[in-house]
Amino acid sequence: MATVVAEPRVMHPSFLTVFVAILRRDITVTFREFPAFLAQVILQPLFMLFVFGRVLADLGFTRAGYAAQLFPGIVALTIAITGLQAVAFPLVIEFSFTKEIEDRLLAPIPTALVGLEKIVFAAIRSLIAGLVMFPVGFLVLGSIPFDLGRLWILVAFFILGSLAGGAMGLTLGTLTPFNRINIMFAIVLTPIIFTGCTQYPWPSLSKLPWFQVVTLFNPITYVSEGIRSALLPRGPHMPTWIAAALLIVALVGFSYVGITGFRRRAID
Amino acid sequence: MAPVVVDELVKRYPKRPVNAVDGVSFHVERGEVFGLLGPNGAGKTTTVGVLTTRVRPTSGRGMVSGVDVVRDPVAARRRIGVVPQRSNLDRALSARQNLLFHAAYHGISAEMRRERAAALLAEFGLADRADDKVDFYSGGQSQRVMIARALMHEPDVLFLDEPTTGLDPQARLFVWDRIRDLRGRGVTMILTTHDMDEATQLCRRVGIMDRGKILALDTPDALTATVPGKNTLEVGIHSDGVDRPTFIELLAAVPGVERVEPVSQAPSGPLRLRLYVASDAPLMVAPVARVVSDAGGTLQELAIGKPSLEDVFIHLTGRALR
Ligand SMILES: Nc1ncnc2c1ncn2[C@@H]1O[C@H](COP(=O)(O)OP(=O)(O)OP(=O)(O)O)[C@@H](O)[C@H]1O
Ligand SMILES: [Mg+2]
Repeated sequence: MATVVAEPRVMHPSFLTVFVAILRRDITVTFREFPAFLAQVILQPLFMLFVFGRVLADLGFTRAGYAAQLFPGIVALTIAITGLQAVAFPLVIEFSFTKEIEDRLLAPIPTALVGLEKIVFAAIRSLIAGLVMFPVGFLVLGSIPFDLGRLWILVAFFILGSLAGGAMGLTLGTLTPFNRINIMFAIVLTPIIFTGCTQYPWPSLSKLPWFQVVTLFNPITYVSEGIRSALLPRGPHMPTWIAAALLIVALVGFSYVGITGFRRRAID
Repeated sequence: MAPVVVDELVKRYPKRPVNAVDGVSFHVERGEVFGLLGPNGAGKTTTVGVLTTRVRPTSGRGMVSGVDVVRDPVAARRRIGVVPQRSNLDRALSARQNLLFHAAYHGISAEMRRERAAALLAEFGLADRADDKVDFYSGGQSQRVMIARALMHEPDVLFLDEPTTGLDPQARLFVWDRIRDLRGRGVTMILTTHDMDEATQLCRRVGIMDRGKILALDTPDALTATVPGKNTLEVGIHSDGVDRPTFIELLAAVPGVERVEPVSQAPSGPLRLRLYVASDAPLMVAPVARVVSDAGGTLQELAIGKPSLEDVFIHLTGRALR
């Protein structure tokens, strides 16, 4: 029997092509529902700014100038938490329940790069959320600190903070089993929201040394301090280069743990 | 080289006392549909998982299109299409988008993606619902989308893990027809199933798997030929008041009959018996009919049967498949 079967043609897309296609999938899905995305990222910081920056000030519970200290912290928190949540929640569900991610794990690209894509995608969401905070802050507070000469510092901390948020999300998402999702997020999310030097500049914690040490373990601290340094250089803040260096250390560490965890979850 | 080669494959999941796959070897030829048949937990999905780069083997080797799946998983993924046991469609997307993105992940140009998606959606009877989110699809529809998706990048080898489990008879026939189409086009396939009928209908060769091992591997015909009492004869006898056990004794005494078993029957209906015969069943019809009429009965029904893969499985393991 002489069957003639054509030699199969095999496509050899570059890793970048595949990476971009996977990124495009995430972007399509998120930004198709842009208003929902905005509501998700804006509401919490909006209320924080309003209550701590406006209501407490108007009632005389905070000193003048506190809102200017608060704003950079809220921007930092929004960036980091948006990135974290963009990866962590969906990942736990995709791995355990919908298995949606499997088709991407079968794409011709190393598994680690599928994990990296999660970080990059989260960072894109974070950057947008961070930018949106400026008009929101302006509307709520009436005025916001800004220093054009230090724009490059702001851009640098935006990018580093966004990526760090995504990397933290990847770590959390791959380490959390599906049945622990609620408890895990409750235990992790609340502490990192309040220990990230969002509502207070780090140097002012010298009056509370033990807590000052605790905040050093939260990468959001470095994002807050870096953005404070960019927007409000004369106010109290951690030295810029120290914040940048420690943030890079956190980014590299969480990326490593996150991507390693991702590979472990992806391959049995 | 054969498109699929599996050599002494072993997989033990962490913290498990036994191997899920325990020294499995086989190869699949180009254009062949190869079946892995076995009960729940036999290790079918694990075997497919190794070959599709989703499970890391403990030892042994798996090759797809000449590529070692452990050493170069990326190259292996370029060459395979996978239809998993459980739906893993992207629920945030429509059926068409599932196909388009899948093709994009495999580096197919935008124009080609659209063309192929349209063609496959039509072929799989999905054209009218192609732009609905797959969330609302029935089991049969999801299955069709998954097969269409797996074909978008024209894989060298297609893996189908229980492609018809849970489908209604009509949906199942549809999937069978598509698989036959693909077979006609020369697509190499590995299909897992615990449905004997499916394996017999679709596969050129079948590996019977149980507890991580392949117990027998051959064409369905050759496998059924290994069951003793090669052929069977089913008879329905109107007994006319003659004692039923008498018939069983008389028929068991016919030369060439190895065993006689009563088959489930209504109390008032004819006496139904299955006769396992050593030689060709058709040759036994005349002597059996003679014995029945000599004893005063009437032969009302007669069917010649061959043992099924199910019988092969029972013969090999002493257990029923499900
Ligand atoms: N991820 C896993 N971790 C631990 N054990 C597993 C895992 N996946 C499968 N197993 C075990 O390995 C064995 C083989 O499972 P596998 O899924 O390969 O069987 P199968 O033949 O596909 O069965 P089914 O017909 O139910 O799909 C089973 O005992 C199963 O419990
Ligand atoms: Mg299975």
